[in-house]
Amino acid sequence: MSTEALVPWLLVVPLTAAILTLLVPERMRAPVSWIACVPMLAGAVLITVLRTGATIYSFSGWEAPLGISFTVDGLAGGMILLTAIVSAVCAVHARTSLRDEASANAWFWPLLWFMWTALNGVWMSADLFNLYVCLELLGLAAVGLVALRGTPEALSAALRYLLAALLGSLFYLLGLALIYGSYGALAFTTLSGVLEAVPTVYVALALMAAGLALKTALFPLHSWLPSAHGGALTPVSALLSALVVKASLYVLIRIWLHLTPASGSLAGAATVLGLLGAGAVLWGSWMAWRQEKLKYLVAYSTVAQIGYLFLFFPLVTSGEARASGLAYDGFVLMLISHALAKSAMFLSAGNLIFAVGGEKVSDLAGINRIRQTSMVSFGIAGVGIMGLPPSGGFTAKWLYLQSALITGQWVWIAVLLAGSVLSAMYIFRVFHHAYLDGPPQATFRTPSIWLESSAMFLALSSVLIGLSAWAPLEWMRLPIFKGSH
Amino acid sequence: MSNALLFAWTGAALCGLGLFGFIVHKHLMRRLLAFNIMGSGCFLMLVGLAQDGRGPDPIPQALVLTGIVVAVASTALALVIFRRWFRLSGKVRLPEDA
Amino acid sequence: MNPRTVCAAVMCGMLVGLLGLAITMRPEAVITLPERVAAELSRSGVSHPVTAVLLNFRSLDTLLEIGVLLLAVVVAYALRETQADPADRMGLDNRLLHAVIAWLFPLMLLVAGYLLWAGATRPGGAFQAGALLAAAGVLLRLAGIRPSDFAHTLGARAVLVFGLAVFLAVGLGAMAVGGHFLEYPPAWASPFIFGVELALMLSIGFALFSLFELAPPHPVSNKGARERSET
Repeated sequence: MSTEALVPWLLVVPLTAAILTLLVPERMRAPVSWIACVPMLAGAVLITVLRTGATIYSFSGWEAPLGISFTVDGLAGGMILLTAIVSAVCAVHARTSLRDEASANAWFWPLLWFMWTALNGVWMSADLFNLYVCLELLGLAAVGLVALRGTPEALSAALRYLLAALLGSLFYLLGLALIYGSYGALAFTTLSGVLEAVPTVYVALALMAAGLALKTALFPLHSWLPSAHGGALTPVSALLSALVVKASLYVLIRIWLHLTPASGSLAGAATVLGLLGAGAVLWGSWMAWRQEKLKYLVAYSTVAQIGYLFLFFPLVTSGEARASGLAYDGFVLMLISHALAKSAMFLSAGNLIFAVGGEKVSDLAGINRIRQTSMVSFGIAGVGIMGLPPSGGFTAKWLYLQSALITGQWVWIAVLLAGSVLSAMYIFRVFHHAYLDGPPQATFRTPSIWLESSAMFLALSSVLIGLSAWAPLEWMRLPIFKGSH
Repeated sequence: MSNALLFAWTGAALCGLGLFGFIVHKHLMRRLLAFNIMGSGCFLMLVGLAQDGRGPDPIPQALVLTGIVVAVASTALALVIFRRWFRLSGKVRLPEDA
Repeated sequence: MNPRTVCAAVMCGMLVGLLGLAITMRPEAVITLPERVAAELSRSGVSHPVTAVLLNFRSLDTLLEIGVLLLAVVVAYALRETQADPADRMGLDNRLLHAVIAWLFPLMLLVAGYLLWAGATRPGGAFQAGALLAAAGVLLRLAGIRPSDFAHTLGARAVLVFGLAVFLAVGLGAMAVGGHFLEYPPAWASPFIFGVELALMLSIGFALFSLFELAPPHPVSNKGARERSET
């Protein structure tokens, strides 16, 4: 079976699963989803193993630019595998954690499958308008998942998220209208290298970047994220922080790498994005330290970590081939290890909240007395977020540091180091409360083995990825960065 | 100025008006209506710019049809969540805007 | 003029200015897709270029947008279960309306069928027909004619997913005979497109009607009435 034959199945299987989970009775939706995770994981693994170079698949038999084509290269393949692993583990967690929530138990599963379809579409699509439709599908699925809790706070968080997502999509569509109105094509293969350094192109790209930055919650456009991620059900928070928020950033990266005019200078735009990322790191970490509720702390941590991802832009446009290659490697590794560590952190936080029966960080007092698995997995995930060796977060920051040292960009080195210190502050705050002795009559519930092992699996993966980083980096390197090592 | 270019300019003006309403108004219903106005502006620009000087073009027309369906679905989703929230909380503005 | 209004006005002025700049200084096109569409139109199975683009050349976009519409209905279902809704009459006791609907409803069904059929050769197609079907349903609902508790049955969900399921089945069938996903064999393109459009019309009509039906009814408490009169 070749990679090309696998591509359509990556969309067909989740859509079929969405249809099935809508038709079967409610108690069968979780088992059906578990069964459907198997071909998704198998397909993702096969694509990683079998892929050589970039595979192009033309839907409906018409090649771009008339039809829509999908490109599966290293970056896309890696994101497909990451999505499969994180989604499958969150599905395992959701079956147990959502069993007592009447409405969420039934309707989480179709929304999960729509979200998975949209994610696969975003990673692979090589057509600007198809990316718009996939991002809309993803955004609406995510909003539905946030609203699933049904409480007024969850509904207002969902409305805030929806307004931000819709505004971001409209800006993206405006940029798309300008590009199609000028050049008459929407496919990456046709447009790449064609866009000139004229005002129309700059306005179009700036609009698209603004819309995508709003959807990725880049500081200062991040105000929708903490209540949406912090107030949602636990597996939903994990999926949103790990995968959904990265999708719009991925589209921005694709546009940056393939569509930006070769002749013009991008240094100004890159510096702006880098400064906003630095702001995100500092502001997000500071707000995380100040949070009372555990899941809101983790949500603000996502705001901070997204800032690190945006440091990619100034580091990759430095002009030095070796520095650009290192910046790309650091970015890819940070995408993967943050997804694994943040989903582990959210699942662990959910388990801890279930165990102590309270949502605040101060409610964790005394938890060191019972089975500590969730606290340990939270700690391991925290190691990844802080960037301590041997986690993937450390290796990613190390690659960033090397890239910044080569080109002498001291500002970003300062941001990386300051961010690590600040993240240590809020992670250790959680530990401080957990090791305080609680009141003697405090009772704790024990999370089931499914909940704890799913969190632990993701936490251990985020460390494993740091130890064996060379393999995924090799697989996911794009052709423009090969040969710079 | 050709017809198509007039549509494009109208679309740009509608985008600006829609964005203004979206930011300034606090009542969620008005923000949704402003979003729809901005969406219509985007669609006008998409078709107007592409057909200016080049004659009728089926591709942006098909894109706008898809975009209209997506906008209808988004607006309907927003209305369902909004009405449910209104029933539960009695509010029509987000907490930070009240 | 408070700062929020001034800030918004400045931002929107900038946006319109940038858009104007972009419109007036446009570069030249590199490719003319309308010519390509016209060249391949005879092989697409329909003779209207917009329908060909929607259901043949860029059919993946149409597939995904049906998913978007279905997704909105799923969320409406999910939220309905978090809070029990009282029975809501939502009907206007207007005898003129009832009398007109007796004539109007069959006509609307007829026009919807015509729009579906006409989509192959002139503007029309599944979306327009589906929207008209949904409007007919809404009109019935406004007259107080309420379908029995159909929304919660398996049949309702089956009608909703029918369009997406048929679209996927056609796409997989195309793969089974050796082509790409949704690559219609040239001789079968016309009937396949019509079949898909028929299924889509039914699903889209029912989905849009469900979105109207599943939204919570008007609250009747005084608190709600006070809020409603606020601007």
